[in-house]
Amino acid sequence: MTATAAAGAPSGRRLVLMNERTAYWLMVAPAALLMAAFYFYPLAEVLWISVTEPKPGLDNYAQLFTSASIRRTIVTTLRICVLTTAITILLGYVVAYVLVHASPRAQRWLFLGVLVPLWISVLVRAFAWVTLLAREGLINTTLRDAGLIEQPLALIWNEFGIVIGMVHYMIPYAVLPLYANMRDIDPRTVSAARGLGGSRFYSFRRVFLPQSLPGIIGATVLVFIFSLGFFVTPAILGGGKTLMIAEYISLQILDLLRWGLGTMLASTMVLFIFVLLAALARVVDLKRLFGAG
Amino acid sequence: MADESRIGAGRSTRSLGWAIVMFLVLPITIVVPVSLTDQRYLSLPQDGLSLRHYLHLIQSAEWLSSIGQSFVIALGSMVISVGAGTLCAIGCWRIGTRWSETIRVLMLVPIIVPTIVYALGLYRLWVKLDLLDSYFGVMLAHGVTGIPYVVIIVSTSLASFDPRLEQAARNLGASVPYTLRRVILPSILPGVISGSIFAFIHSWDELVLVLFIASRSIFTLPRRIWDGINEHLDPTMAAVATALVLVTALLLVLDMRARRLRAE
Repeated sequence: MTATAAAGAPSGRRLVLMNERTAYWLMVAPAALLMAAFYFYPLAEVLWISVTEPKPGLDNYAQLFTSASIRRTIVTTLRICVLTTAITILLGYVVAYVLVHASPRAQRWLFLGVLVPLWISVLVRAFAWVTLLAREGLINTTLRDAGLIEQPLALIWNEFGIVIGMVHYMIPYAVLPLYANMRDIDPRTVSAARGLGGSRFYSFRRVFLPQSLPGIIGATVLVFIFSLGFFVTPAILGGGKTLMIAEYISLQILDLLRWGLGTMLASTMVLFIFVLLAALARVVDLKRLFGAG
Repeated sequence: MADESRIGAGRSTRSLGWAIVMFLVLPITIVVPVSLTDQRYLSLPQDGLSLRHYLHLIQSAEWLSSIGQSFVIALGSMVISVGAGTLCAIGCWRIGTRWSETIRVLMLVPIIVPTIVYALGLYRLWVKLDLLDSYFGVMLAHGVTGIPYVVIIVSTSLASFDPRLEQAARNLGASVPYTLRRVILPSILPGVISGSIFAFIHSWDELVLVLFIASRSIFTLPRRIWDGINEHLDPTMAAVATALVLVTALLLVLDMRARRLRAE
């Protein structure tokens, strides 16, 4: 084996002598340097611009309290995010619950149904919703042809459309952590409650639900955070009429060139997210939640 | 079975669960019939099926150039993400101290921070480096943001790899690069393949960064779809969407193969 190794790796021979630890750090280096130079540095610069342009100081941040349009955008964003998160968790919980109790065969199909949308381009999904919900979309034309409505329903370019599109996008992100948590719940605990005469609902509420709480909290955090900075779906289904914060920021920068204001809002959003995560890090294992267990 | 019905989901809960999964899948499938419509506007086929929108798609220089650009950029950024990400995951796994743990936590930041925030800083940096609206600029941006996903996926693969195999190779005199190539990489290959597919799709689908750092010469597929949805909705869009769904399905099948390989 030694002979094969030596023969097979003539170029690596010198490196045998190299400190093993150094070799492994060298492997980490490309990713670390790339991320530092092209991710963390520009990210830090966003914070920097927010307190230096147009002039040094916290003037940009003062607008959080003085500008009516900013306040309106923030309130709209929070309202849509809370609504989206609540509906998503509720629906995701049902799916995860059914998943965890399904037969292996049904489980495979359910999983496919949850995972396939996750893989399909977010633009394709938004486009599909536009096709269905638009003024001249399939739902409105079908209802009109059936004589059920005369005027098209306003299903899109408002908060209703945004919430539908966002819930549709977020459900898989809720199902996965919820399912991971429910899988670890010992079914015998529920069995015991039923055996002792508890009704199905009572056993669920007093035995299963409390044990699934960590999953609910994790999924809620994940969905809420992903919703806050979501750009594509709200921008398409809001049609420029209902502005969420991510689209508002992009307008400030791309159309109005107001860098100070745009970076201030971006920084505020990031700080808010990290404060939220710091508060929840005590309850939830964040690394596991974001997939790096 | 009797036990299962006692503790499992009731019939109505089960139906509700399936209905929600249908809600996830069915709206997306609407793009297929719409792409086959014989009308000139977004609608279901009226008098028969037609392939004219697919014909229009493959004859459109604009769509084809966008598909080509997206493909080249996704391949390039995949190489960056997978190369750096795989090495980083293996390095962190072997070092295993507090430092490498910190690096792994830092890798989660790009997943948590909204892309729009990063896009602002990226734009400014690309202005300075003169990388705006260039292949390399977009590839680098997509490649860097894809690294964390590759690190996470490959790390999962490494978690089930027996470190004693690597130790044995080293004790028998194999160098670090040789051990890497002949012992570690082959056993985590399925993870690397999964990571590659993910990194490819990450770039292939990416819109927000492209909106900021590309304008005229680089016009990727997501950018073209974005413009289409905002400006001229027509059934060609549905044909594009259908084609994308099919490509995604294909990649998903590949990924499942890789996962099955990993499970074995």
